[in-house]
This record gives sequence, C-alpha cells and structure tokens, in this order.
Amino acid sequence: MNDQTNKWIGKRTIRPDGVDKVTGRACYAADNSMPGMIWAKVLRSPHPHAKIRGIDTSKAEALPGVKAVATAKDFVEFPIDTAVPLGIQDMRWMARNMLAHERALFHGHPVAAVAATTAEIAAEACKLIEVDYEVLPWAVEIDDAIAPDATPLFDHIQFEGKPSNIAGKLEHKKGDIEAGFAEADVIIERSFTTRPVHQGYIEPHACTVSVAADGKTTVWSSSQGQFMVRAMTAYLTGIPQSDIRAIPAEIGGGFGGKTIVYLEPVAAILSRKSGRPVKMVMTREEVMRATGPTSGAKMTVKIGAKKDGTIVAGQGTFYLQAGAFPGSPIRGAAGCSFTPYAIPNVLSTGYDVVCNRSKVAAYRAPGAPIGAYGVECVLDEVAQAIGMDPLEMRLKNIAHDGTKAVHGPVFQSIGFAQTIEAALKSDHYKTKLTGKFQGRGVANGWWFNAGGESSAQVNITEDGNVVVTTGHPDIGGSRASIANITAELLGIDYDRVSVLIGDTATIGFSNLTGGSRVLFASAMVVTESTEKVIEQLKQRAAKIWGIDASAVVWENGEARPSGEHTGNFPTMTLAELGAKANETGGPIGAGSQQNTTGAEGGFATHICDVEVDVDLGTVTILRYTCVQDVGKAIHPAYVEGQMQGGVAQGIGWALNEEYIYDKQGRVDNPSFLDYRMPVCSDLPMLDTIMVEVPNPKHPQGVRGVGEAPLVPGPAAVCNAVSNALGIRFHDLPLSPPRIVAAIDANMKQAAE
Amino acid sequence: MAKIHVTTTINGDPTEFLCDPADSMLDALRGPLGLTGAKEGCGTGDCGACSITVDGRLVCSCLMLAAEAEGHEIATIEGMAEGEKLHPLQQKFLELAALQCGICTPGVLVAAKSLLERNPDPSETEVRYWLAGNLCRCTGYDKIVRAVMETAAEMREAAR
Ligand code: FES
Ligand code: FES
Repeated sequence: MNDQTNKWIGKRTIRPDGVDKVTGRACYAADNSMPGMIWAKVLRSPHPHAKIRGIDTSKAEALPGVKAVATAKDFVEFPIDTAVPLGIQDMRWMARNMLAHERALFHGHPVAAVAATTAEIAAEACKLIEVDYEVLPWAVEIDDAIAPDATPLFDHIQFEGKPSNIAGKLEHKKGDIEAGFAEADVIIERSFTTRPVHQGYIEPHACTVSVAADGKTTVWSSSQGQFMVRAMTAYLTGIPQSDIRAIPAEIGGGFGGKTIVYLEPVAAILSRKSGRPVKMVMTREEVMRATGPTSGAKMTVKIGAKKDGTIVAGQGTFYLQAGAFPGSPIRGAAGCSFTPYAIPNVLSTGYDVVCNRSKVAAYRAPGAPIGAYGVECVLDEVAQAIGMDPLEMRLKNIAHDGTKAVHGPVFQSIGFAQTIEAALKSDHYKTKLTGKFQGRGVANGWWFNAGGESSAQVNITEDGNVVVTTGHPDIGGSRASIANITAELLGIDYDRVSVLIGDTATIGFSNLTGGSRVLFASAMVVTESTEKVIEQLKQRAAKIWGIDASAVVWENGEARPSGEHTGNFPTMTLAELGAKANETGGPIGAGSQQNTTGAEGGFATHICDVEVDVDLGTVTILRYTCVQDVGKAIHPAYVEGQMQGGVAQGIGWALNEEYIYDKQGRVDNPSFLDYRMPVCSDLPMLDTIMVEVPNPKHPQGVRGVGEAPLVPGPAAVCNAVSNALGIRFHDLPLSPPRIVAAIDANMKQAAE
Repeated sequence: MAKIHVTTTINGDPTEFLCDPADSMLDALRGPLGLTGAKEGCGTGDCGACSITVDGRLVCSCLMLAAEAEGHEIATIEGMAEGEKLHPLQQKFLELAALQCGICTPGVLVAAKSLLERNPDPSETEVRYWLAGNLCRCTGYDKIVRAVMETAAEMREAAR
C-alpha cells in the first residue's frame, strides 16, 4: 500500500469516541454507579516500615453503616517465597501491595479496607481499626537500602549469599570490555542520579465491583487491560475467571501506571462480604503516595571512543529503585541504553533494589529514559572531547539493519540512521542559537516495542455497515486508527465503521495496552478478520451470481465479477450483500486471535533548545523537535500526539518532577501543586518529524510509537542546559535550586 | 447532619438539589445531579478537570461549596453544545486531535470557552497562561493551544 492509493490510512479522521469526550458524556471509571452501591475506603500504614503483629477490626465493624471490612487474610494466600508469575508481575507481590500481609513496607501502604453506606462512614471506620505495628528501620534511598547495616525488607531475599535489599541483577555483555577501553583515545566516566517520577495520569484509580450471591462478578474500572483486571481479581479472590466480567471504562491516562491494579480485588472481597456493589475512588494524595512511580536510579556510565568518533566500548551500571517489592525496570535501563549504537564491546548491568517506597509501576518505556539519560549525557561529553558534532558522532556509530543488539537480537529493519539524518537536516538543527545562556542538547532513545496476544471481531451489520470489536483499552486514539485500517481494507467510508472495546465476556483474550503494542497487534488481528470478511463477501456474491468465488474481486467496497465473468453481473455493494446475508448463508463476520510477533523497536532523536535564567535558576524551553521512526503513521495526528506527550513528560522529568520525602519517610509533596508537572505555560509548541520506515513484518508497516518519545527527553534537556551554562549536570531534576547551586559553585571555583 | 436545599440554574435549567454542608459543587454535580462531565483529578484546585463557570466566571468546582450555587447560574461541559450542534471549540478539538485520553478535555473546553468570551483574539502566550490551570498529561498542550487559537480565528471571522 502506498500513500497515493490510500484513502483512509494516513488520514486525520475524527475519532469514533470523540464526540462523547468533548461533550462530557464519555464514561470514565469514577463516573459509573450501580443501584445499591456502597463506598469503600482504605486504611494506610502510618509507618514506612513495620511488622504487622495483628489487626483488630471489631470496632470498625460495629460502626453503624459499615457493611464489610477486608484485610490481607481475605485474599487467597500466596507464600512470600514462591513466585506466582502473571505477565511481568508476580501475584505474591501484587497481593501484598494491595493489602499488606506480614509487613507494611511504605508509608501509605494499604493495610485494611472498609465498605460502608457512605464514603464518610467508611473513612471514619478506617480510623477505628487497631493495627499492632512493630516499627522497623527504613530506607527510601538506594544508598541507604544497600548499606551494609540496612534492614532487609524481606527475610528470604539474598544477594551474594547475604540477606539484602538487592533483589535481582541483570547483565548484558558483548565483546571484551577491557580490550575495548584499551583501544580508546578518549574515555569519559560519569555517575548520575535520577529521581522517581509519577506517570501523572489525571484520572485517579477507581472502580465499581459487584459480586452477586452466585459469585458472578462484574468489574467496572479503568485500566490498561481488562483481562489483567480479570486475572488479578481472580487470583486474589479465588473467583474463576469465567465468572468475572471486567468492563473497561474510558481510561483517563495510564502511561504504564494502570498496567496493574490496586483496588479491584479489594472491592470484590468487600462486595462479596457485603452483598452490595462497592465503589472505590482514590484521592490524588493516595495516587501520589501509594501508586507506582517509575524508579529513581543511580548509575555510572563509561564510554570510550577513538579520535575519529568511533565508539569502541560502553559500560553502564544501573541501580534502580523497585519500591516495596522487587521488579524495577532494569531490563529497560540496562537493555535499551546502548542499543541504538553498534558498539563492539559493551557491559551493561542492572540491579533491582527494594526500599520503603511505593512499588514502582511501568512508565512509558520503563527504565529506558533512565539508562538513556546516563549514556546520552556521556556521549555528549565524548563528542565535545573529540570536537565532533554530537549528532554526527551518534550517526557515525548508529546501528543499522544487521547490527546485533547488546541484549541479543539482530536488527532487521530499522530507521535509526534516517531519523538522525532527518534531525541533522531539520530547520531546527540548522538554526543557530544566538542568545546568552542559551543552549542546545540532543539525545537518542530506543525502546523494545511489543507484540503479544490480541483478539478482534469484525461484523457486518444488516444495513451493510461494520462493527469492529477489539480488546485493548484505547488510551490515545487507537480506535480511530483501527477504523482507518478497516475502512481502507473494505474500501468503504470511514464513517461506516464503528470500533468498540469489548469486555472480557465479549471479546477474546487481549493483553495489556502497553509496550507500544496496541495498534501494532490490533491492526494485525483486525486485518486478518477483515480479510476473512472480504472472503465471505466474495463468496456471497459468487453464490448470488452462480459463479465461482475465485472469479469475484473486492474493490472499492464492492464485489465485482472478474475474468470470463467480467461485466456479466452488476457489482454488489457491502450494503446490498449485508441485506442479503441471511439468504446467502447467514450473518457475515469473522474474528482473529493471535500471539503477534514482529514488533520492531522504536527510535527517536530529540533536539532541545533552552534558555537559563541564571539568577532564578529557571529553564525555559525555547524550541523542541522530536524526530522519530514511526513505521507507518496510520493516523498522523495521534502519532504526533504520542510524540508531543512523551516530550512533555521528558521535560517534566528533566526539570521539575520529583518526590520529596520528609524525615519520617513520608512523601511530602503528594499533590499536583507540589509535584510539579509541566503546565501549558511551561512549554512551547512541540515540533514533530515523522520518519516512516515501514515495519516489513506488519501488514500496514506499523511499529509502536507510544513509548520511544519519552526516552531521549531527560538527556536532551540536560545536555541543552549543560550547553547553555558550560556546566555539566549529573543529577535530575534540574530544578532552580540545583541550577543556582551549580552556577554558584562554578563561580566560586573560577574565582579561586 | 441536615441537608441544605439549593435552588440554582444549571446550563439554563432551573434546578434544585440537596447537599451536605461540606459537599463541593463538584460532589453535587457528579452525585445527585448526575452531571459527570466535570472530573475530579485532584480535588484541590490544581488540575482544572472540574472547571465550570458560575455567572460566567471560571471556577474549579472542587473548590466551591455546593451550597454556594444558591441563586447563581452554573454552566458545565454538558451545556456547551447546543443540542446536536457542537461548540466550535468542541469541533476543532476533534478535528485537530487535541485530546488523547480525554479526561482533561471537559475542563479544558470550559476554560477555553471562558477565555474566548473575554478575549476573542488571544495570543499564544495568553492562551497558555489562561490554560495553565488545566493539567493535561497526554498531549503536551501543542494541539490544545492550536485548537483554541484556530477556533478563535474562525469565530472572529464568523462574527464579521
Ligand atoms: S479536581 Fe478541581 S482542580 Fe483538580
Ligand atoms: S488528554 Fe489525557 S490528560 Fe489531557
């Protein structure tokens, strides 16, 4: 398919769910209610680390209006030393994250939950629950958690034969790292830190759950996967998956943070106990205290290069905070950071560190922006040391088709070089900066992208229109892209295609909306389903005409006789065939279920211009361009939207976002006022350049686009600030106090 | 505690409701009034997802007591379109893909409409500062700002 012949693919169509969303009608998780519904609230640990010796809920249960109380004892039991994998999660940790078992592991950790006739009574009852805590020493920072005298969070976790808060290690190796550095003319080694940052979705977690007397369960919630909701609820309640119908509400942002649940299984327990539908809605403060940010990290990156800019060795050591339970994204940090480059000798190591903070959750290319921050900042210094343009040096070392990535695979069809070339040619890069304290930074970023399980059903209605059902919550316009593809394949108007997100009872298993996989995977199953439908339509026309189906072609939304029958019968439209469906063999429709493969990684190059106010320490983003290999942009506006949204999050991560803890191990800034995400007046227009190198393993050439645009952001901004001031920064965020302190230190040094 | 009886006007319709003294206007809208278009992103006045207007003034409904609606004219996102006819801002947001998840959209639209009523020809900077109280985590604001400015231009053209 090429652009000239495409009628709908590549068009900026109006999304099918759009009107509901601009009129306030779209139903998000907290907008739902059920007859007889009651409200639940969660009691949270006041300590960052404590043994739970006992919980007495009797006073809470006695409060008028209280209908049920839940503690960890109500969950199906999963021993702490036996793994229970579910996707990339482990249900023994998920269970303990939702309701503390042996210990409370962070301030705000849920300990019990109460359902009552009103939210106020439920909150009141929480205060009546008596928890017998044995307070333990705690650590929220990596250095404290891995110190020799740190108190381990888990008795059974050992590292190098000793109890430890290092819960895991991952190593990627290629070539001979020592020999590589021995060849280098220039070696730069730096240590960096990044802070945990929250996904920052505007919609807090919420759900309504109804468990009927026969165990039939309906879950209404917003998540990045209704099948994940179903599975986790089933695991923890013991209700069979076949009895749970998880209905996806519209989702108000996730960015990875809603690939796990916090509430649904708890609400199900409370509903089963009370016999009433139970609604739970988190406050923003609860979201900030107890839902997953991504990891904070400390890392050391060392890169060696020849004078001509050839990189000969790269080494990275990445310590990532997992929060209260093992599972930080070390794979993203250690696995993605060197991947864009064809470096012969690489050693990349990640350590998973548990500490007394809320458990991390996925955040847009989990771990990759962290690793890229260290690597891309050091690359900048290497380029400076050998006097090369930072983009030219990156281009010189970029991976091509056939390059073996450090984490294993051999690249097959990538557009890394094309992306950097487009950046070099951009108006932005060619325009010189002129102002004082202005600077430019560049960085690259790569993300794996995922395939995996998806299901779709395509049905032709009796009036000859089309209903497509898929199984992925639409978080940023995927329904529009699916409608574009279906309309294109069928040769009909976009308006005749409706795209719905099925619930777990109405569509086959579909894995998470995550890993930049939704359009990649759902386009594959929708394409296969639509092709089957087209086959059926040809058969129906053949039957009506009394000819062989192989003599029918489908073109421009019509069946047409071909070969020796050309012109013998008038063409038949989809509407005509739909109307005759029952006479010709029954309803027309087809489904497809696949474990999709062939997702190719995503790659982006960012160019950032900043100006620093040296008195206030504030950084203004003057101009920003995101260049990305997007495979094929099925709906360019929503591809640009992904790029722009990723850029904004990267800028927030670089400049302002951080958790601040007080001396008692509590988050001190759990609000949007104090946790400072970019607002409209903080940003300029965000330019995008879409480079289309189609993925040959996908029917439309799609490669995931959602995550890669966050990866280079923090490094690009940091390199720009470093360039503006002539001072290298190694710790994020580049908040005003940090910048002012660096300028002062620099001036002092210069004066001495 | 005894409920308070409130008589008000919502999107032009005379309306009565009962509320607790501590209920916010957002609680009343989303609860007894069944108008769930305004969203609660924070409940502390920091995200703008709950934006409404009171006598034409832009307000975070999470910061207003429900009882304060007495005798005032409230407008919410549900009243922005006229029947089937979308407001030009709503239409432009769809055309330019100025929403992704859409949770911020009702608040952004109410705020943008309120801006254009005061200032039919805002500069980009004016749009950005007016909307600085409306957090959007998905879009990076680029398409939102463009949609507001393009709508303003078209509305000025139409009014000539
Ligand atoms: S909910 Fe009112 S400002 Fe956030
Ligand atoms: S569109 Fe998701 S927060 Fe704005």
